[in-house]
Amino acid sequence: MREPRSSHETSNGLYGVMAEFKSPEDLTQAVRQARECGYRHLDAFTPFPVEGLAEEIGFADRRVPLATLTGGIFGAALGYGMQVYTNLDYSLNVGGRPIVAPTAFMLITFELLVLFAVLFGIGTMFILNRLPRLHHPLFGADRFDTASLDRFFLVIFSNDERFDVRRTQDFLWGLGPERVQGVPLTGAPE
Amino acid sequence: MTQDVSVRMASPRSRYAEITQEVVGIPLDYRRWRNWWILFGIALALLLLFFISAGVLFWNGVGVWGLNIPVNWGIAISNYVWWLGIGHAGTLISAMLLLLNQPWRNALNRFAEAMTLFAVTCAGLYPILHLGRPWRFYWMAPYPNTMNVWPQFRSPLTWDFFAVLTYLTVSVLFWYIGTVPDLAASRDRARPRFWQVFYGLLALGWRGSAIHWARWRQAYRLTAAIAVPLVISVHSEISLLFAAGPIPGWNSTVFPPYFVLGAAFSGFAVVSMIAVVLRRAFHLQNLVTSRHLDLLGKLVLATGMMTAYGYVIEVYATYYGGERYEMETLWDRFTGVYAFSYWAAVACNFLPLQLLWLRGARTSPVLLFLISLSVAVGMWFERYMLIVTSLYKDYLPSSWGLYDVSVWEWTLYAGTMGVFFVPFLLLIRLLPMISAFEVKETLYESRAQDRPSAAPPGMEGSSNHA
Repeated sequence: MREPRSSHETSNGLYGVMAEFKSPEDLTQAVRQARECGYRHLDAFTPFPVEGLAEEIGFADRRVPLATLTGGIFGAALGYGMQVYTNLDYSLNVGGRPIVAPTAFMLITFELLVLFAVLFGIGTMFILNRLPRLHHPLFGADRFDTASLDRFFLVIFSNDERFDVRRTQDFLWGLGPERVQGVPLTGAPE
Repeated sequence: MTQDVSVRMASPRSRYAEITQEVVGIPLDYRRWRNWWILFGIALALLLLFFISAGVLFWNGVGVWGLNIPVNWGIAISNYVWWLGIGHAGTLISAMLLLLNQPWRNALNRFAEAMTLFAVTCAGLYPILHLGRPWRFYWMAPYPNTMNVWPQFRSPLTWDFFAVLTYLTVSVLFWYIGTVPDLAASRDRARPRFWQVFYGLLALGWRGSAIHWARWRQAYRLTAAIAVPLVISVHSEISLLFAAGPIPGWNSTVFPPYFVLGAAFSGFAVVSMIAVVLRRAFHLQNLVTSRHLDLLGKLVLATGMMTAYGYVIEVYATYYGGERYEMETLWDRFTGVYAFSYWAAVACNFLPLQLLWLRGARTSPVLLFLISLSVAVGMWFERYMLIVTSLYKDYLPSSWGLYDVSVWEWTLYAGTMGVFFVPFLLLIRLLPMISAFEVKETLYESRAQDRPSAAPPGMEGSSNHA
């Protein structure tokens, strides 16, 4: 799961070893075998979301839905609280109607619930994905631009306990990829 | 790197690659400059007209419009409702059909969402322009001020401020996170340095990691799930601007669902028009297939018939209620000074619509376009009718009065077309207008269902990916 983020975490200055596959099935199969073989720090790269692939890698993160829920509760409380506070702070008596009027307050409460749920959810998604970022070691890898086109990549990170350049490369070759290559940690921009 | 790309082009390309090239290639390798510049020139002229009309309005005040005291909401507010209604279809196509697992939406959602953004922008301008003192629009926001007052939170006019701003923000975010993976594909395909940097910045460093996709999908689907009730709440709230007032013809509990359905109806019609034009202009017939037109036609027909039901119920409820002023207003709609708007709405909305019962009409781009255009015009008349026929004669004969749309209102309306089309054309020119990665995902999933015998996916020619 976790990628190496500094040179202390790597071996031989490598970010990881990358194998290229032709189809999502081959990739899913490869991920499964890598997990069975004991590799834990790995990730797959695909041009479109492949159902179940992240779960094969061991993804069980519910923080985005949780953040959305938190944002919704926060937004609703903020919306309702704001209306109650302002109405008590400066009471407008319109024909003797209640100052704190839950039915009239519900719409803004709901709008702010939606607004903050979405902001929290999407914000958490970007933060946990460590995006945006301008550069990444993988962008220096040969043919990685096809990861947004029609190729499927498996990367085993060098901070994996079982990582050993030669043995990991041999293992990846055994999975029937198109090609295998090492990815240096600091791929400088072209 | 460059040789590598040329080598890859020579090899037989997979269908996945073809889809991306077809979509991403439109902005990267733009060929239809002449037509684009003609359209963009017209749109820029309209935008100029918008600034002139708004300038005249700011200089002179709302007196340059035809508004008067019984009819103080003219076409400014009917255009507001019209634009906002159009906008809602983008979110509904995108979010509702995503949640209902209708993968055919993937060929339509991107430009439908773009339509939403700009339609909502046009809509949002109108109440501000209509304020009379538009530079004080921020008084709608609750902020501590030296006057020591707060907005009136029990008024639908204040709800409106929150509803439209929330809707705009959520629409922008939903559209943007749905575009990021295709921006990454554009970045990877771009050759000139400028475009690599341009798309590289917009793509935020997206690289298609499975973990990223998983979190992206959580956020995207949750946003979609929240966006559907948001649409319903926003347009219900718009209807409450009318229904919460004591004006005959407005004060009705039918309004919220009636408005939401009418909004979806007009919006699906405009999506159909845009789909027909784009697929013809960019030869996208194998991405936006005749099946898509067929389904869009069905959506227009279904929402249209529901809107027609709203018309019937409105008449029925008025007679069932038997309240005198309500009956008078209804009768004014049928036969009064502005009866033309009622009958134009009925005729444009529901007569050509009936052709859509025929498959041939739904799959014919020209017919679908013309029927949709008729619906867009009809729904404009409907909003005009709702506002003017209710306001021009209410309770006291002493406060009756007629309303004539002034030149500056028409020019402002034409100008908002520029506000819509200038960014829309820029978007078509600069960003991928169809969601390539979702079309690929659909292709993959439909193949996964057809297996086990088939060849590995991605390595054969075309297939029914819709």
